[in-house]
Amino acid sequence: MSESMNSKPEGRREFLKTSAVVAGVTLGPGVLFYGVAQSRAPEEGASSANRWGMLIDTTKCGDGCDDCVTACNTENGLSGHTGPQDSQWIRKVDIKDLRTGYVQSLPMMCQHCENAPCVDVCPTGASMKREDGIVLVDRHSCIGCRYCMMACPYKARSFVHEPLTDQNPEVPRGKGCVESCTFCVQRVDRGEQPACVEACEAKGHKAMIFGDLRDPESEVSKVLKSTDSVEVRADLALNTGVRYQGI
Amino acid sequence: MAQQLCMNQSQCRTGQYIALLALGGLVVLGAMYAFFTLEHHGHVLTGMNNQIVWGLPHVFAVFLIVAASGALNVASIGSVFGKQVYKSRAPLSGMLALALLAGGLAVLVLDLGRPDRLIVAMTHYNFKSIFAWNMIFYNGFFVIVGLYLVTLMDRRLKGWTKPLGYTAFFWRLSLTTATGSIFGFLVARAGYNSALMAPMFVIMSFAYGLAVFMVVQSGMYRWNGITLDDGVRRRMKNLLAVFVGASLYFTVVFHLTNLYFAKQWEFERFILLDGGIYTTVFWVGQIFLGGILPLILLFLPRSKDAQKMCFCFLAPLLVILGGFAQMYVTIVGGQAFPLPLFPGHEVQSSFYDGVVNSYQPSVYEWLLAMGGVGVTFLLTVIAVRVFKFMPQDDFKTLQSRRGTD
Ligand code: SF4
Ligand code: SF4
Repeated sequence: MSESMNSKPEGRREFLKTSAVVAGVTLGPGVLFYGVAQSRAPEEGASSANRWGMLIDTTKCGDGCDDCVTACNTENGLSGHTGPQDSQWIRKVDIKDLRTGYVQSLPMMCQHCENAPCVDVCPTGASMKREDGIVLVDRHSCIGCRYCMMACPYKARSFVHEPLTDQNPEVPRGKGCVESCTFCVQRVDRGEQPACVEACEAKGHKAMIFGDLRDPESEVSKVLKSTDSVEVRADLALNTGVRYQGI
Repeated sequence: MAQQLCMNQSQCRTGQYIALLALGGLVVLGAMYAFFTLEHHGHVLTGMNNQIVWGLPHVFAVFLIVAASGALNVASIGSVFGKQVYKSRAPLSGMLALALLAGGLAVLVLDLGRPDRLIVAMTHYNFKSIFAWNMIFYNGFFVIVGLYLVTLMDRRLKGWTKPLGYTAFFWRLSLTTATGSIFGFLVARAGYNSALMAPMFVIMSFAYGLAVFMVVQSGMYRWNGITLDDGVRRRMKNLLAVFVGASLYFTVVFHLTNLYFAKQWEFERFILLDGGIYTTVFWVGQIFLGGILPLILLFLPRSKDAQKMCFCFLAPLLVILGGFAQMYVTIVGGQAFPLPLFPGHEVQSSFYDGVVNSYQPSVYEWLLAMGGVGVTFLLTVIAVRVFKFMPQDDFKTLQSRRGTD
């Protein structure tokens, strides 16, 4: 099992200490992190004290902008091709209200469901949810049956149809396995934000806010508390980690 | 050796027999070729993609697995319900069930993205997953039906036949329920979100399994130049008609209940009216060729000779064809219909949201899929030659002795 999949709920005090330090620091040149008040040192396991989540404001999402998609592809080593057999972890979806004609554009990716159907159906347990709510596929026990793809209501998953070259060593992928958005777990574990959020921010749209839903002081929690937001396919009661505002 | 192999055959026909083996072997070889090619190059060579993730191999695999459970029906009617005509067919029925399941599972495994990790699937069970439960049911099925066959063939173990027959009966009902539930659990997809999925699969398994049994049985009788007793034929014909009728009934109820829920209308429209190939396969394949036509054939009064053909071969063959059509509509059609992400909205994206997905199986998928049929065929051909699977009965004497049964 990969490092990131271990979960160690214990050692919370240590972890809170680290978080406090991290919270006050600006990491990397010019990048200020939102909602990482409770992030943790990479050597610690994921903790159920956090639940990573995201709020997407569709009114701020630029029509025709796909910087989040490009950033994701670069970070995770995806080709960026959009053929029927190519992997797409995040995509821009254009929706038009059939009654009013109102058009919107929004990013769609793994919603990191609390009651994740992909995790429920996976026969080997390769689809798993970390303590902190991030849903991942364990590259080493996925048998490529694609049942999780059948089960995911958001079409968030891709199957790797071809042998891969030129991969990001931090993001293990492989032919014959299923994969999906990881919230850039490698970055989150370092206390950084997902690549898409950073790109959206850099473009000045700031349509995506990432952070800890369990921390009432995180920006995402605060905004969620003060604005109306929805889950996509809320009827399925999956308690998604990604919520939308403006639809 | 040859003498021994022919023991229960009225004629040896070794040359033709070897031809049969070669045919089956060739099909299996084709599947192996496809498997190794896909293993090397990946599924990029198939018509499957991130929209249609389960394709032709799954259509064949699920059909064979469902038919396996149904093929055991004949044995169950014999052991559980004590009908003599079926009792004498129990060994053939059990053997066919195993051969069908082996064929179906072979395709399922060969199509995995990482078939080399089969051992992971066998050792890591997520008990929340109905898929994992299916694997347990399949393995158990081999063991239980295998033991059951042994008790049928070894007179000293006769006492065990009944309890094992019962176990096999309930086991296979659970197995088919579980197989149907694989789809029933996919709540997000309009095509599968129905509690009727599992019971419908059970009923259909009865029809498909019996159909396969009848085709094989008439093949064997023909090969050996024996004619099937009229009484036996009539019974099986009626039973098949009941199962086919029940499957049709369930299909109607399934779609009617779907129509009752407004949110399923779009999907029903797709399958029943404007889904292109899927609509055609549904009406022509599943309903007409697989349901109505066999029923007509089974009940149409005909001259004695023509009847033989229709009852025992053509009608069940059509039922099998209809079975493949049904699986195609259920499995591929269910995925072709776009996922309802934003109800009430027109949806568009680079990931094919909101469009009807297209699927064109490649030659590799055909080879893999046919490989499952090949495995079943090969196992059956070998088993009926080596063991005593020819139904041994004298229906008329039984009838006169026991009045009715
Ligand atoms: S969105 Fe899909 S892939 Fe992501 S957790 Fe939910 S079911 Fe799983
Ligand atoms: S494809 Fe992999 S992750 Fe998905 S259900 Fe199968 S084993 Fe699990």
